[in-house]
Amino acid sequence: MAKYILRRCLWMVVTLLATAFIIFTILYFTPGDPARVMAPGASEADIQVLRHQMGLDRPYLVQLGDFLYKSFLKLDFGNSYIYKVPVFQELGNRLPRTLIIGLSAMVLNLAFGLSLGIFAGTHEGKWQDSATMAIAMVFISAPDFWVALMMIVLFAAKLGWLPAYGIGGIKYYIMPIICTSLGGIAVNARQTRSSMLEVFREDFVTTARSKGQAENVVIRKHMLPNALMPIITTIGIGFSRIVAGSAIIENVFSIPGVGLYMLNAINSRDYPAIRGSVLFFAAFTALVMLLVDLVYSFVDPRIKSQYSSRR
Amino acid sequence: MITTQSVSTGSKPLKVEKTSLFLETLQRMVKGPGAKVGTALFVLIVLASICAPLIAPYGPNDMDLENMYATPSAAHLLGTDGLGRDQLSRLLYGSRYSLSLGLSASLFGALAGVFLGSVAGYFGGKTETLIMRLMDIWSSLPGMLLCILISATLGAGFFNTVLALSIGEVPVGVRLIRGQILKERAKEYLEAAEAINCSKFSIMFRHLLPNVVQPVLVNVTMGIGMVITMAAALSYIGLGVQPPTPEWGALLSAGRLHILNYPHLIMFPGLVIAITVLSINLMGDGLRDALDPKLRS
Repeated sequence: MAKYILRRCLWMVVTLLATAFIIFTILYFTPGDPARVMAPGASEADIQVLRHQMGLDRPYLVQLGDFLYKSFLKLDFGNSYIYKVPVFQELGNRLPRTLIIGLSAMVLNLAFGLSLGIFAGTHEGKWQDSATMAIAMVFISAPDFWVALMMIVLFAAKLGWLPAYGIGGIKYYIMPIICTSLGGIAVNARQTRSSMLEVFREDFVTTARSKGQAENVVIRKHMLPNALMPIITTIGIGFSRIVAGSAIIENVFSIPGVGLYMLNAINSRDYPAIRGSVLFFAAFTALVMLLVDLVYSFVDPRIKSQYSSRR
Repeated sequence: MITTQSVSTGSKPLKVEKTSLFLETLQRMVKGPGAKVGTALFVLIVLASICAPLIAPYGPNDMDLENMYATPSAAHLLGTDGLGRDQLSRLLYGSRYSLSLGLSASLFGALAGVFLGSVAGYFGGKTETLIMRLMDIWSSLPGMLLCILISATLGAGFFNTVLALSIGEVPVGVRLIRGQILKERAKEYLEAAEAINCSKFSIMFRHLLPNVVQPVLVNVTMGIGMVITMAAALSYIGLGVQPPTPEWGALLSAGRLHILNYPHLIMFPGLVIAITVLSINLMGDGLRDALDPKLRS
């Protein structure tokens, strides 16, 4: 098992290196001169001096090596061209806001997604099932940023209950969290329902019933643990998607989180900030996926034994 | 095509009905009420986008400066925008961009995925390891993020947007096809094809592919809806297709500035996106049920 975790971690580093290489190369060959971004309207000679100062006149490979060395061994993504502060520090400052939204949305996803899925699955074919699934389908289909805009119109403009955008107290986070979680709740409910239906007719469920176990114990103790596998994957993917997709919702609500940072960096060609935030997202996704795989092996002893026997 | 024969019993002469697998699948697909509604809606939307010049009351860029920001009325069913352009007409014309973006991006992504997945699955060994590891790296960035990046790098425009949208779809297709091929690889018909010296290309795409393509079909269908949403999100944050193109996301992006005063500029484009994606998802659900071998008796 330890060997497996080690292999996974090593592979994670390789993936991140590759991502760093790709993002650096893409940005290197994108038209547009960072020196001109730094000093708009400067003379040609000044630009040359600036390019030299920033190390932009060095060969591609030297710059790439420098970038990889600094970002992986020193965790230094350089200074933002626009804000002039270290990217790493700025990411750290903004991360809590993105995580508050992401984690709360995840909790809602789990709580409502699982219970709605179990509710629908245990009422298979009845109207409760159809109604839940129909509503889930609607929320999967509606674009989350549009739902967010509509909520702003209703709750902020018409009713005046909640602030429309920005950050402040807890009130400012209510709408972003709800908008972020709606789609995930629907996906989780559907996934849970179909997993539940799959284990519904398994022999061990029939056995549990025939020995006279109460229905809710059958669901909780026998069906859920076995239905959990695909649900874990969905949740893991959902979480990394929420955080990596935070750009859109943060844009709608003007929340200065990591996503909006990346978006602004892209729009202003702030290369160190783009590279830093993309690497951050890649690392985050990789970590979540690693966690999912580990949880997998703990939930399902079959997988655990497979790894310990083979490797 | 595989044919099925239904033979009637009794004294009547044998009546053999031939239906193609395609038709049979379609019939099975529209069995559920959800899939029926979805398919009907989708057909309607596609028809509307094809016939946009015929049914749109105004041109997509006709300005009516006396009726700026008009709320829905008899003259302008869904109101007008800041230049007095009729929103219904813009939505109708916009459906051409949004639908073709969704269709072409998910098709393009699926084709690339199917090709790479077939190569990986069929050849195995080092080729497979290489392709699958590449896919791991490829999908280490979630789709939306990759999409934003590529779109920002390539710049605006229809084809750049198609490319940006399709790139995230590739690894999914590769994994699906490879997984299916791994199950199929040991079967006898492949051995037979190899024995009669079929070329690798022909084995892969003539013999193997038709047997493994079903999950990809479902995935592509579901993907179209997702891609349309992603395209809208891209235009909304100022990348992808740009105004004044009446693409749905671009309409949302243009309307957001006036969201508090003229919410109808946001409401209708989003509603249209939601309905379109809903119809596609319902169809995808139906298709999955129709193709799922577990449900087949």
